[in-house]
Amino acid sequence: MIEKYDPVNDEMFSILDNDGNVVNSQEMPELSDDHLLKAYKLMLFSRVADEMAVLYQRQGRMFTYPLNKGQEAIAAATGLSMRDDDWLVPAFRELGCYIAKGVTMSELYMYFMGYENGSLFKNAKNILPISVPIASQLLHATGIGYTLKLKKDDKVVVTFVGDGGTSEGDFHEALNFASVWKVPVVFIVQNNQYAISVPFKTQSASKSIAIKSVAYGIKGIQVDGNDYFAMKKVVEEAIDYSRSGNGPILIEAVTYRQGAHTTSDDPTKYRTKDEEDVWSCKDPLKRMKNYLITKGLWNDEEEEKIHKQFMKEIDSEFIKAENIKSYPAEDAFDYLYAEMPADLEEQKRYHLNFLKWKESRGVK
Amino acid sequence: MKVLNILQSVTEALDVMLEKDQNVIVYGEDVGVEGGVFRATEGLQKKFGVERVFDSPLAESAIVGTAVGMAVSGLRPVVEMQFSGFAYPAFNQIISHASRMRNRSRGRFETPMVIRMPYGGGINALEHHSESMEATWAHIPGLKVVIPSTPYDTKGLLISAIESNDTVIFMEPKRIYRAIKQEVKEGYYTIPIGKAKVVTPGKDVTIIAYGAMIREVQKAMVLLAKDGINAELIDLRTIYPLDKETIVNSIKKTGRVVFVSEGPTSFGVGAEIMAVANEEAFLHLEAPPKRVSGYDIIVPLPKGEHHYMQSPEKIYYEVKKTVEY
Ligand SMILES: Cc1ncc(C[n+]2csc(CCOP(=O)(O)OP(=O)(O)O)c2C)c(N)n1
Repeated sequence: MIEKYDPVNDEMFSILDNDGNVVNSQEMPELSDDHLLKAYKLMLFSRVADEMAVLYQRQGRMFTYPLNKGQEAIAAATGLSMRDDDWLVPAFRELGCYIAKGVTMSELYMYFMGYENGSLFKNAKNILPISVPIASQLLHATGIGYTLKLKKDDKVVVTFVGDGGTSEGDFHEALNFASVWKVPVVFIVQNNQYAISVPFKTQSASKSIAIKSVAYGIKGIQVDGNDYFAMKKVVEEAIDYSRSGNGPILIEAVTYRQGAHTTSDDPTKYRTKDEEDVWSCKDPLKRMKNYLITKGLWNDEEEEKIHKQFMKEIDSEFIKAENIKSYPAEDAFDYLYAEMPADLEEQKRYHLNFLKWKESRGVK
Repeated sequence: MKVLNILQSVTEALDVMLEKDQNVIVYGEDVGVEGGVFRATEGLQKKFGVERVFDSPLAESAIVGTAVGMAVSGLRPVVEMQFSGFAYPAFNQIISHASRMRNRSRGRFETPMVIRMPYGGGINALEHHSESMEATWAHIPGLKVVIPSTPYDTKGLLISAIESNDTVIFMEPKRIYRAIKQEVKEGYYTIPIGKAKVVTPGKDVTIIAYGAMIREVQKAMVLLAKDGINAELIDLRTIYPLDKETIVNSIKKTGRVVFVSEGPTSFGVGAEIMAVANEEAFLHLEAPPKRVSGYDIIVPLPKGEHHYMQSPEKIYYEVKKTVEY
């Protein structure tokens, strides 16, 4: 299918219309009812976790948090297309993907509460921590791809970046190396139209991001990122393609960041209500839900029940993270080097003594 | 006179210079429409137009690299790195070109540009949002590095930076962006780059700091005063070129020096101050010079940041030891 959508033709691959009707039935992936429900629940879970995060942040119980709202289909479809042992090299807006990989909400909340331990991802295999410096992580994906190729390992690497991130040199360098080396990396650009306040047209004069693949001599496709089925079909095919030794591939998932960039941002400063309304009609959850209801797999009662259940589950995950009260001094020192330099050992000792002195003076 | 905070002083300085010199232009990520994530450039695009104040694509190396090109061809770009922790993709352009163009072209070309960047911790931020890497910039030959601590100084120093024919790294203490208000002169005025300021004269010990740490030292000085210790506080204001004269004169007077900063200690700005103290005031020293600065660790995320930050208690603890040495 990817063959058919040449990015030069400026077409976007989609399957569902805005109301959740299948309008491209020959491309509809075959998915079991179980899978459909699992996928929808994962999207719903991400949305609830997001809404609760904003609430916690407003209550002063968590620091800055980047919202996923509106982009849930991309992460869910990707997470559910990857093998457990495939590598994930994330940016910071792929909640459903982390969850599918086995990362817990309490870990993610811990991270955004300000604990490094939230990046440990204890039960997830082959996933790098969140990368804050934009686009830098893409090169790591290419490097991992090289390892896999050298070791004749059949895993693939899936990596993410935003539309803004495609302006960084690292994006171009990662794609260039990956294509020259022909390594198994699936690059997914979440084009949510904005990099903080900067709209895509100020970011790039390209017709699309997908078209940039042409210059690197690799395959690329633009897909409706708010359409679970289209995303699923494309990511699955892309992963197969890369796993079979065909090299990297670039997917532009067209979506919209419905919320703020992060909880410290106010989007009303740089975008209009009208624009937001247009995109809310394309909401990925709404479209999938309508599809499921029509198919007789879902209803509002069920939704309400699950929604409540998720809220409870997520809150208990949050409280688990919130109950961690201390940040031992050791945590600040112990992970920098394989063998701690004597100087640092001395600084750590000094710090522990200073803490004792402070405590003895009753200073908190 | 207007009462302004540090952020507003940044805006004012840019406003004054955009007005005064048609060659000044301002750009960076989110700088135009939004006025910057901290609002330092708010209103400037409206006033001066999209050709002089604008949003660039997200690419620090490109921002600085294009600024080098603009600067050699007659403009005076003032670019913003959204956080100092994101300036590193531009490191190559800064160290390979901005800082060396004059030298390489034997004075034929120069790079009069300012690279603004909010720096420092204590704001409960994500990773890479809390560093104080001024020593890294100050270590590069060909750059000037300026860090203000008050609204008044911010405006005067930024205007000087824009007028400077060298590349200036202008680091803004974001932790106190809105915390300090002060009467600031309207219109154009300058404060010279390379001159430190004696904030509070004293006789028992010299405390040297800059940026957000000035306020922490002042809190420590209240504790010290209770113990009868009368400290002299010097605000460096410029990291490079360093005002050795003010530093050495003060140390000669007090016989003791404590340096306070947020950056990691080893190979930092404090090491330079200690070297100056030893090389130029050795016989006047009555106690070993002391650094109170960050451990050589990555600034922890918010929950662990208190292990890293310089608190008034820590400053008090060390200054007292130095005085009682
Ligand atoms: C190298 C670098 N520069 C600047 C930033 C500050 N910053 C954080 S997110 C962001 C915008 C990212 O936009 P985009 O890549 O489109 O991803 P989105 O946040 O929209 O998912 C910026 C400029 C950063 N994190 N890293």
